[in-house]
Parts: sequence; structure tokens; C-alpha cells
Amino acid sequence: MATGLRDRHLLGIEGLEREEIEAVLDSAEAFYEVSRRPVRKVPTLRGKTILNVFYENSTRTRTSFELAGKRLSADVVNISASSSSTTKGETLSDTIRVLEAMHPDIVVIRHSASGAPHYVAERVSCSIVNAGDGLHEHPTQALLDAFTIRRHKGTLTGLKVAICGDVAHSRVARSNALLLTKLGNEVRFTAPRTLLPSHVEQYGVSVHDSIESAVEGADVVMMLRIQKERLDGALLPSMREYARTFGLNARRLAGAKPDAVVMHPGPMNRGVEINPDVADGKQSVILDQVEAGVAVRMAVLYMLSADPGSGSSVTKLQKE
Amino acid sequence: MSTKASIPPPPETVLDHDDIGRAIKRIASAIVEQTKGGSSIALVGIREGGVPLSNRIASEIQKSEGVRVPIGTIEIALYRDDVASRKAEVVGSSDIRFAVDGQDVVLVDDVVHTGRTVRAAIDALLDYGRPRRIWLAALTDRGGRELPIAPDFVGLAIDVPAGGYLEVTLGGPKDRVVLVRPAFEYAG
Repeated sequence: MATGLRDRHLLGIEGLEREEIEAVLDSAEAFYEVSRRPVRKVPTLRGKTILNVFYENSTRTRTSFELAGKRLSADVVNISASSSSTTKGETLSDTIRVLEAMHPDIVVIRHSASGAPHYVAERVSCSIVNAGDGLHEHPTQALLDAFTIRRHKGTLTGLKVAICGDVAHSRVARSNALLLTKLGNEVRFTAPRTLLPSHVEQYGVSVHDSIESAVEGADVVMMLRIQKERLDGALLPSMREYARTFGLNARRLAGAKPDAVVMHPGPMNRGVEINPDVADGKQSVILDQVEAGVAVRMAVLYMLSADPGSGSSVTKLQKE
Repeated sequence: MSTKASIPPPPETVLDHDDIGRAIKRIASAIVEQTKGGSSIALVGIREGGVPLSNRIASEIQKSEGVRVPIGTIEIALYRDDVASRKAEVVGSSDIRFAVDGQDVVLVDDVVHTGRTVRAAIDALLDYGRPRRIWLAALTDRGGRELPIAPDFVGLAIDVPAGGYLEVTLGGPKDRVVLVRPAFEYAG
């Protein structure tokens, strides 16, 4: 029997072994089934408390984590930065100390500072899940993207994946590149040079100057949101020029494999990085990603709730 | 200085291939008898051990009665009462494609022991609907119940001392149930 996660936190894809990734994805299949039943709830985490602490605005990730926790019967509390004492000047470590006094089992945290979840994880006794930290990682997004790809392609190895757009500001791109290369896929980045991270080679990806060349023969085309709030005007001359040179449309998608899937972590800027004909087209799996998100997050919350200390020798005895 | 050594006793085959074949036939005919022909029932195997068994019982019923009973599988990991104290393992999926409402359902497992797995399976099944009646069939009943649960159809009842276990192998000519007694410890 495959095991679960070694660490009691999920801070990034970087620290995960291939087997751990596969264990999460395999379990997510079971939770996917739960979400399609008449009773979309299992009693697994009854009596557990999960805090969603979001220092950055988020609707879909927060809702997805909230649903995941609730479908596992945990008590879920959402805390957003605008309503928290952060705006009154409390530091992150003080906030966390206060929250820990409420005895949560899992804290899901999103923060604009890279590494914030790691900082918190060193100071608390509960499990920490990184729901996006600055420009660093967004591990559950990469896991749900992997789950979606595997469901549509039937495999998660040997695929050609084009990741297009604002790679430099994208924790989604980073986590996805780490995960997909770890599982033996070919990852291609394409973006204007100003939107590529420095030392991009370290991710084991190839870099393409044109979207046509990145998409050529791809199995998966993953578009990234142009994060207007992170651009200061110096990186791109104009949105229109970006849409013309790097936006995905039906003509450009035709260069990919005929059965290629189109993905987007959302929220989409229609007409900028992705055209409506592609976003709503037959090859789009964007809504499947949303559905996969709840299943994958249920799997993560479930696996972090098990006792990492107890040995698997139990399974040798009668399974009861 | 005292060291402890343990001698594992030799495993004992308690059911061989032919015994298992007969036990499954007997369970199938008892199910048919109790449910008046078996046309109103469905079988649900408890993962993993109950799944091959439910398939075998279904094919026996089909052979003797010509009835194809619906078969499903149920995963109980999410309904366990000891989630927090267990190591996380990959969870399998349940697969129930028939309407559970009003149905007579026979839960099938290879070994009944504490009854906790069966309790979890009943809870899991009830999330799919309201069956008319739930029965329980097991290839072996090793005793040691911790909950008020009793199987309706049993192939072999055998007392297994705590610390020992039954090893069930199903599938092909290697069918067998082996009793592994707890290791005998002595001071050496």
C-alpha cells in the first residue's frame, strides 16, 4: 500500500517525492467521487478545526478549501486580512500565536510574502497548508492541474506542456514546472523576456520566444493570468500588444496536438491572455480544474490529518 | 541480561481452494434462500478483501438462479473511527451504480473481526440512500467483536487469538485462508 505524505505540512511541490504526489492524486479520485454523490459529505474529519487565513484576496481558492474542509465534516473558519487585526498593525507571528491558541488542526494560509507559510510552520504545532505565497509556490494548484491532466490524458508522464504568460510573477507556473518535470514531462515556458524569471534554466524547462513554437505539438497548453496588479507598466508596453503577440486563440492552438487540452488557473482576462473561442471551446478543461480543486484539497487535508508517527505495521494485522 | 526471542509458529491453512469454493457456494445458496430467489438483492463488496468475494458470490447466484445481481464496491477509509491515529494511505473509490433506496443489500467482506469495518461500511452505504435491509456475508468470522454486529452468512467461523490474523488469498488456484498465530515469546 502506498503511503501518504511524509511531512505534516504541505508547503510546496519542491519538497515532495514523486510517490507522495501520486498518493495525493490517487486519493483525490476517491474524493472526486464523493463530490458527485447525492450526499456530498463524509464524516472523516469530524471534530477537526481548519482555519483559512488569507492575507491576499481570493475567491476560488478560499471557497475550494472551504468546501473541501466542509465535505470532510471539519469545522472551517475563514479569516481574511481585511477583517483581521493585520490592518490594525498586528505582526504575522502574533496573529499566528493568537490563532494557535484556538487549537486548529490545520491552518491554510495565503500570503503575499514568499516563504510566509514556512515561517509559520516553524512556529506552530498544527499542520500548515500553503495556499499561495508571494511569487514562490501554490502547491495545491499544481496538484489539481496534475489531476486534471491525468484524467484527460490518462497519464502524467512523457507529455509536452506549454506554460504561457506571466511566468515571472506566477507561483502557479513555478509549482507546475516543479511537479511536471519531477514526473518526467517536457515543460516549455513562453513569455516576453521581461516576464520570465531570472535563472529560468534552473527549472529544467525550455524557453520559447514565441507562443507558436511553445505550443507546437503540445499535449497541454496552460495559460497564465496577466497579473495587472503586479505590473508597473515597465514590463509590458500595452495589454493590446501582449494579447496580439502572446494571447492564445484558435489559430495558435491549432499548432498543438489535436487532442490538446487548454488550462487556466483563473481568473481569466478574456481577450488578453486567452480568447473566448478557446476559453469556451471543446478543448478547454478550465471548469474541470475547478472541480478537481475540491477533490485534491480534500485529499491533502485528509492526508495531513492522519498520524504520521503511527507505523504501517497495523495493516499487517487484521485490517480492523 | 535477558533477551527476548520469539518463535513464529508455522502458518496453518484453514481453508484450501476447494473449501473456499464450497463455502462461497453455500453462502450464495443461503443468500438466495433467505431473499427468496435473490432477484431483489444487490451485493456490495467492502474494499479490498470483499470485492473478489462479492464477484464470486454473484456468479454463483447467476449459475444457480439465472439472476444477475447488481454489484458495487465500497471504500470505508473515510468512515473509520480512527482516522487520526492511522498512517495516511491512498484512499480507494466506492463504486455503486444502482439505486440503493428500497434495495436489499448484502455487504460482503473476507474477514469479520471487531465489527468496526462493517459499522463504517453501513454508514458509508447509507450515504448512497436508504436500503430496505442490509445483510452481512463473510468468508470467515474470526471472533473478537467490539460492536454489536453479527454476520448473516458465514463460510467459516474460527477463533483467532489476539495478535494473530487470517491471511486470505482469493483469485485462481492459489485460493486459501491461512491462520497465522501470534508469535510465542520466551526469555532466552
